[in-house]
Amino acid sequence: MTLIATLPATRTTGAPDHRAPAPAAILTGRGLEKRFGGTEALRGIDFSLSRGEIVAIMGPSGSGKSTLLHCLAGILTPDGGTVEFDGRRIDALGEAERTRLRRTAFGFVFQFGQLVPELTAMENVALPLLLDGVRRTHAEGRAAEWFPRLRLDGLEGRRPGDMSGGQAQRVAVARALVGDPSVLFADEPTGSLDSLAGEHVMELLTAAARSAGASVVIVTHEARVAAYAHREVIVRDGRSSGPVAA
Amino acid sequence: MSVPHAILGLLQQAPSHGYDLKRLVDRYFAPDHPVAFAQIYSTLGRLETRGRVRLEAIERAEGPDRRLYAITDDGLTELERWLTVPLDPEPHLQAALFTKVVLAILSGRPVTPIVDAERHAHLERMRELTEIRRGSALPIALLADYALFHLEADLRWLDLTAARVDDLTRDVLAPTEIA
Repeated sequence: MTLIATLPATRTTGAPDHRAPAPAAILTGRGLEKRFGGTEALRGIDFSLSRGEIVAIMGPSGSGKSTLLHCLAGILTPDGGTVEFDGRRIDALGEAERTRLRRTAFGFVFQFGQLVPELTAMENVALPLLLDGVRRTHAEGRAAEWFPRLRLDGLEGRRPGDMSGGQAQRVAVARALVGDPSVLFADEPTGSLDSLAGEHVMELLTAAARSAGASVVIVTHEARVAAYAHREVIVRDGRSSGPVAA
Repeated sequence: MSVPHAILGLLQQAPSHGYDLKRLVDRYFAPDHPVAFAQIYSTLGRLETRGRVRLEAIERAEGPDRRLYAITDDGLTELERWLTVPLDPEPHLQAALFTKVVLAILSGRPVTPIVDAERHAHLERMRELTEIRRGSALPIALLADYALFHLEADLRWLDLTAARVDDLTRDVLAPTEIA
């Protein structure tokens, strides 16, 4: 405890100031319900994300935290409740519209296997823009801007199999942010990395999201990852607890 | 921090004066809680009495005399011992948290809000430490990491306790024979 005692003590201002007016929410979920067969994964969860905010969703395995992320991101359609993004209901959109929304307004980072192994790092980062119809030279020009921001200089021509886990994950972060998304969704983004590589990814992910003005939702069971967020939401048995309101 | 061992470690590099030792101890080991000069000089006095440092020279210049200290063979042996023998594990928060949980069960209070509040407080401190680490030189960042890993260990224990609270409640409330 003596080593810890040399660090500054807990600040009285460290806790969020709940008296301050809540900034505008960019993403809200109200009363979200989701069932898989006879299993109730979500049982009426509320969730709110402000512009520029980073929120960690935590909870035990099987608690429903990834299901919550998938419902908020339009990957799954909730059985009950509503999801609103930027003032617009998205839970009732058709598949094609949700796909377009995911490609243009959201970015995604997952734990495993998200890069295309046959493509170089540059091609992987540029991929969302290419899929969106941006010309290759322009797409790669925009992609190139992300390599120094994520300390990936010199790796543009490498394929995922020739990169470390941390490097590949930073390429995935670059790919998630290259389209200037409003919200970045990260599901266990450091789950397959060692401590040092994981910290590096989180430092760069949060810094890059901040500089890009993106809000972030991180699903994690790691407290050190959650500590990069402004606040945490605990999901337990499909319900949320903890300081939920933004 | 152990000030005597910090001083021995610094003197192993080169003989030094109390004033310079104070600056080095602050820089390396206590950047946010500077050690008092009096503590440095009293520690040097005790180390000298125990034969772990010796007065190498008294340098006379403008102002007060400057006493130059050097580490002795006994001091080197002690430093080596301290560096290589593990410290006693320190009790952290588990004892207090466990007492809280058991008291909640015994008094019929719900345990989950208590665990959630403790988790939130831990995460708040971890956020502050993460912020401190972000803008700090490596020695401070490593201190913050040390604190972060300990808080994380407490949190993992809290999560495990939360997951086992039903079993724990049965155990705690089970009738026991009083000898």
